[in-house]
Amino acid sequence: MIREPLIFEISDKGKRAFRLPKLDVPFSKDLLAGYRVREEVEDFPQVSEVEVVRHFTRLSQTNYAVDIGFYPLGSCTMKYNPKVNDRAASLEGFLAAHPQAPAELVQGCLEVLKLTEEFLCEIAGLDAFTLQPAAGAQGELSGMMLIRARLAERGNPRRTVLIPDSAHGTNPSSAHICGYQVQVINSDANGRIDLADLERAMTDEVAALMVTNPNTLGVFETDIKKIAGLVHSRGGFLYMDGANLNALTGISRPGDMDVDVIHINLHKTFSTPHGGGGPGSGPVGVKKELEPYLPCPVVKRKNGGFVLEHNRPKSIGRVHGFHGNFLVAVKALAYILSLGPEGLREMAEVAVLNSNYIRKSLEGHYHLKYQAPTLHECVFSDKLQKEQGVTNIDIAKRLIDYGLHPPTMSFPLIVPGALMIEPTETETRRDLDLFIQAMTAIAREAAEDPQLLKDAPHTSYVRRLNETAAARSPVLKWTRSMKPPQGG
Amino acid sequence: MSYISLSDKDKKEMLERIGVSSMEDLFRSVPEPAKLNRKLNLPPALSEPELLALMGDIAGRNTYGGFLSFLGAGAYRHIIPVTVDHLSSRGEFVTPYTPYQPEISQGTLQVIFEFQTLICQLAGMDIANASLYDGASASAEAVLMANRLNNRTKVLLPRSLHPHYRRTIQTYTRNLGLELQEVGFDGSGRLNPADLEAKLDDRTAAVVCQSPNYFGVVEDLKAVADLAHRRQALAVAVVAEALSLGILEAPGRLGADIVTGEAQSFGLPLGFGGPYLGFMACAQDFLRQFPGRIAGLTSDLEGRPGFVLTISTREQHIRREKATSNICTNQAWCALRATIFMETLGHDGLREMACQNIQKAHYAREQLTALPGVKARFSGRSFNEFVLQLPKRWPDVDATLRKRNILAGVGLEAHYPELKDCVLVNVTEVLRRQDIDRLAGALREVLR
Amino acid sequence: MYPGDFYYTKDHEWIQVKGQEAVVGITDFAQKQLGDVVYVQLPQVGAKLSSHQAMGTIESVKAVSDVFSPVSGEVSAVNTNLAGAPELVNQDPHGQGWIIKLKLANPKELEALMKAGDYEKFVEGLDK
Repeated sequence: MIREPLIFEISDKGKRAFRLPKLDVPFSKDLLAGYRVREEVEDFPQVSEVEVVRHFTRLSQTNYAVDIGFYPLGSCTMKYNPKVNDRAASLEGFLAAHPQAPAELVQGCLEVLKLTEEFLCEIAGLDAFTLQPAAGAQGELSGMMLIRARLAERGNPRRTVLIPDSAHGTNPSSAHICGYQVQVINSDANGRIDLADLERAMTDEVAALMVTNPNTLGVFETDIKKIAGLVHSRGGFLYMDGANLNALTGISRPGDMDVDVIHINLHKTFSTPHGGGGPGSGPVGVKKELEPYLPCPVVKRKNGGFVLEHNRPKSIGRVHGFHGNFLVAVKALAYILSLGPEGLREMAEVAVLNSNYIRKSLEGHYHLKYQAPTLHECVFSDKLQKEQGVTNIDIAKRLIDYGLHPPTMSFPLIVPGALMIEPTETETRRDLDLFIQAMTAIAREAAEDPQLLKDAPHTSYVRRLNETAAARSPVLKWTRSMKPPQGG
Repeated sequence: MSYISLSDKDKKEMLERIGVSSMEDLFRSVPEPAKLNRKLNLPPALSEPELLALMGDIAGRNTYGGFLSFLGAGAYRHIIPVTVDHLSSRGEFVTPYTPYQPEISQGTLQVIFEFQTLICQLAGMDIANASLYDGASASAEAVLMANRLNNRTKVLLPRSLHPHYRRTIQTYTRNLGLELQEVGFDGSGRLNPADLEAKLDDRTAAVVCQSPNYFGVVEDLKAVADLAHRRQALAVAVVAEALSLGILEAPGRLGADIVTGEAQSFGLPLGFGGPYLGFMACAQDFLRQFPGRIAGLTSDLEGRPGFVLTISTREQHIRREKATSNICTNQAWCALRATIFMETLGHDGLREMACQNIQKAHYAREQLTALPGVKARFSGRSFNEFVLQLPKRWPDVDATLRKRNILAGVGLEAHYPELKDCVLVNVTEVLRRQDIDRLAGALREVLR
Repeated sequence: MYPGDFYYTKDHEWIQVKGQEAVVGITDFAQKQLGDVVYVQLPQVGAKLSSHQAMGTIESVKAVSDVFSPVSGEVSAVNTNLAGAPELVNQDPHGQGWIIKLKLANPKELEALMKAGDYEKFVEGLDK
C-alpha cells in the first residue's frame, strides 16, 4: 500500500475546499486595523475537497476497528458499537441544543441526563449519579474529591488512599491530584486483595480504598463485603473503579456490595464508541451521604419537568465547562433502553462465557499465573515463550499478521509479560475460534521459529515501528525539514 | 434488541468446553449475598424503530431549535462542512481503540499528528497534544503544569475568565495547596494592568489570560505576558473561541508560554455542551511536564515513516501517581472532526470565516447600540461577542423577546453582580443580516 | 563483568571513587532491565544530595526509574552527553554512560555498599 502523505505535503496556494456565503452586512473597511492581526497562518493547509475526502478515506483504511474485527483488550470492553445509538445522538434536537439555553427550552436534554442517571442508579445500586466527568479518569478524580469533601466536613480529610498493586494507573494518578498519598496493597496468591495487608494498612488516616471488582485479573473479590466492613469500621470510604462492570450487570450491584462511590465508563460497559481514543464518559455514582457534594449543576425532577439546581453550597464545583459529554450519554441511554433488564443481564453472562471459553482453550499453551476463577477477562503471560526469548510484545505483533488486534499488554503490573484478554459478549463464535487458533499457532511458532515473531508484523501497512527513536529524537509536528528518526 | 452473536448451539458447546453445565455456574465466584436475585427494574427492551421513536420524542421536547439565538459564552454555532460528518462517521474512525498498536492504527495516529501540527500553527507554538476533555479542564491542567514547572503556588486568574473555567480550576486545585487570586477588569473589558502588576510577585506561578475573554473582548496578550515574565511567572493564554486564531495574532508570538482552550468551534455541534475539544500547546522546553497523549514521527523496520504515541513516560499508565495528568481517554474523535474541519476550510477559508465573525458582530453592535438607551458596556474590541448594557431589567427584556422566539444572549448578572442588566451577545457567520436586523427591531419595540 | 574497584547499591547504582570525588552511574543489570534508554533527567550541578536520595530519573520507552545517590555529597558535574545520546547508558553503562560526579561528604558511607563480588551474587539471586 502506498504511503498516504501528510496533508501539508500536498498543500499548495490557490487550492480551496470550501466556499462561504458572501458577507451580507456592510463591510467595515478599517475594522481590522484595530486588532493585532496575523499576516497568515504559516503552512496552514490549502487543498481541494477531493483531496480532503481521499486523504481521510485512505487514512481510515489503515486503521483496525471493532467494525472490522476482534479486539480482545482486557479492561477496555471493546464491544460492538450499535449504529442506532449514533443515530439517536444525531437527532437535530440534541445536536442543536446550546448548553447555556434556559432549562425550559432544553427539557429533552435534561430528560436524557435524568433518565441516564436513574437507570445507572438501578444498575449500580446507588442513590445518585453525575454525568459531568468526561472520562473514567476524570470520574475517579471527581469521586475522590467527593470523599475528601465529606471527610473534610467531618473534620479531617485524611492523608492516604489505599490502592491494590493490580490497579490501573489512573487510580494512583487521580488520588495524587486529589492531594492524597498512595499506599499500595498487595494481592495474595489468588490474585485478590490480601486481607491481612489491608487490615494492617487501614488506619484512621486512610481516606479510602480504591478497588476494582472484578479486579484487573478478572477475578471477583469474594471478600468484598468484609473489605467494605474493614474500611468503613475506620471511617473510610470504599471507591470502586467500575471499568469491569461488564461482568456484573444484572448479576451483582456495587451498591449492594457496600461500595460508596463508583465511576462507570460509558465507552466500555455501555457500548459508546472509542473513536480512536475518546470521547468517553465517566459518570460517578454515590450513596446518599455523598450526594450533596456532587459537581454542579444537578438535574432534578420538578412539576412534571426538569430543572437545573445550581445552588449547592457543598458541591465540589465543576470538572467540566458544561454538562459533560452529553451526546455520549445519549448513546448510553439508547443502549440501556435497547437492551432492557434481560439484555443487560445476558450481556454479563455471555461476556463471562466468552472469556472462560478462551481461557479454557488457551490454558496449557500460555502461562496462567493465577488459578482463581475469572469472569469477563483473564490474564495470561509470556513466561513459557520467554524461554525462547519471545516476549508478549512479539506475540502481540504476530497476532496482527493473523488479522487480529492484540490483547492488553504488560498490565496489570503484578503479572510480568501480561496478555490481558477480554472478548466481550458481542463476539462471534467464529472470531473467538480464530483468535484461539491464532494464539495456539503463535505458541507453536514461538517454539519453532521465534525470529518470525520478533520481526512481526509482516503484513501490516507499516512494519514494526521504532518507538525508541521516536522518544529519543521527538518529532511532534510537521515541518518542512522534518525527517523520520532512525536508529536506536 | 440484543447484540449477542452466539447461537444456542454455540452456547451449549462452549459451556461443555469450559466444563460447566449452565451460565449460573460461571458466576460461582460471586458470593450469594452479593447477587441481585431479581430483574433490574428498568423499562423493557425496545426494538430499533421503537427506540428511535422514543428518542425522537425526547429530542422533540427541546424547543430551543425554534428560537433565533445569539447565545455564545463558551459554546459557538458555526458552519460545519458536510465533509466533517461524512468522513468522521466512517466505522474505521468511530470504532477503533486508542492507537497503542501503532502498526494497525496509522490512520488515527496520522490524524493526531496533523491535528497537533495545525494547533501549533494556530497557537504559534512548538508542541501540542492529542486533546484534553474541554477548555475548562484544559485550563486547569495548564495551571497544574505551570506549578510543576516552577514550583510556585500562586496563580492569577482574571475576573474576565469564563466563570465555568474559573470554577473548574478551583475544583482541580483545591487539594493541592495552590492559591488562586482574582485580577479585575477595567472599562475596556480587558484585564486591569495596574491590578495585575500589583498582584504579581515572586510567588506567582502563572498569569492566566483568556482572549477573547468571557465578554468577547480581545485582550492585550503581549502586555500581560510581558508583565508576567518580569516576575518569571508563566503566561497562560486561554482561547475559548478557537476560530479567533484564524485571524488574530498567535498567542505564542505574543509571549504566551502555554496556549490552551476550546476547539468546539472547529466542526463540533453544540450538543448541549459535549463532547467538546480541549487543546494545549507549549514551548519545546516544557515537553516533559506536558499533559496528554502525543503522537510522534518515527520509522519502521524497513525505514518507512510512520507515527506512534510517544514520550509516554509522562502519562498515568507508566508514571502513575507522578504522572503529568491522570488523563487516559481523551477527545480523539472530536480532534478528528476538528482536523477535517480545519483542512476543509483551509487557510483562506478559516481566515474568511473569522473575518465574517468580526464584521457581523461589529454590524450587530452598531445596530443595537444605536437603539435608545442601549450602550456597549465595554470599549474594547470584540471578536464575535460583546456586552450590551440595557436601560430595562434584563429578565423582563429576555422574557418579552422570548415570546417572539428570540434569545438575545446570556445574561451576566448571575456571575457578575456588578453587570446588572447586561447581556452577552454572540454573532457568528451563521447569522444573516436579516437575523441581526430582526433582533434590533424586536429590541427596539421591547424597550419602547 | 562488574568492575572490581566500584561500589554497588541494591538499587543498581555504581560509584567509582577517585580521591575526594566519585563518579556515579547505573549497572549493566539495570540498563538491561530498562531497555533502550530514551531520556535521562539529571540533577543540577551544585545540588547537595544525601545518601539514598532520588537525584534524577532514567526513562526507557515503557518505564521510568528513579536514580538514587549512593552516598551523600555535592554534585560537581553531570554527563551532558546524555542529552543528545541517552543510548550511552545502554552501550557503556560503566564508562561513557556515567551520570553524575559527586564531591563526597562522608567517605565512610562507602563501607555500607556492596563490592563487585557481592553485587554479582545479589544480581544472580534476583534473576531466579
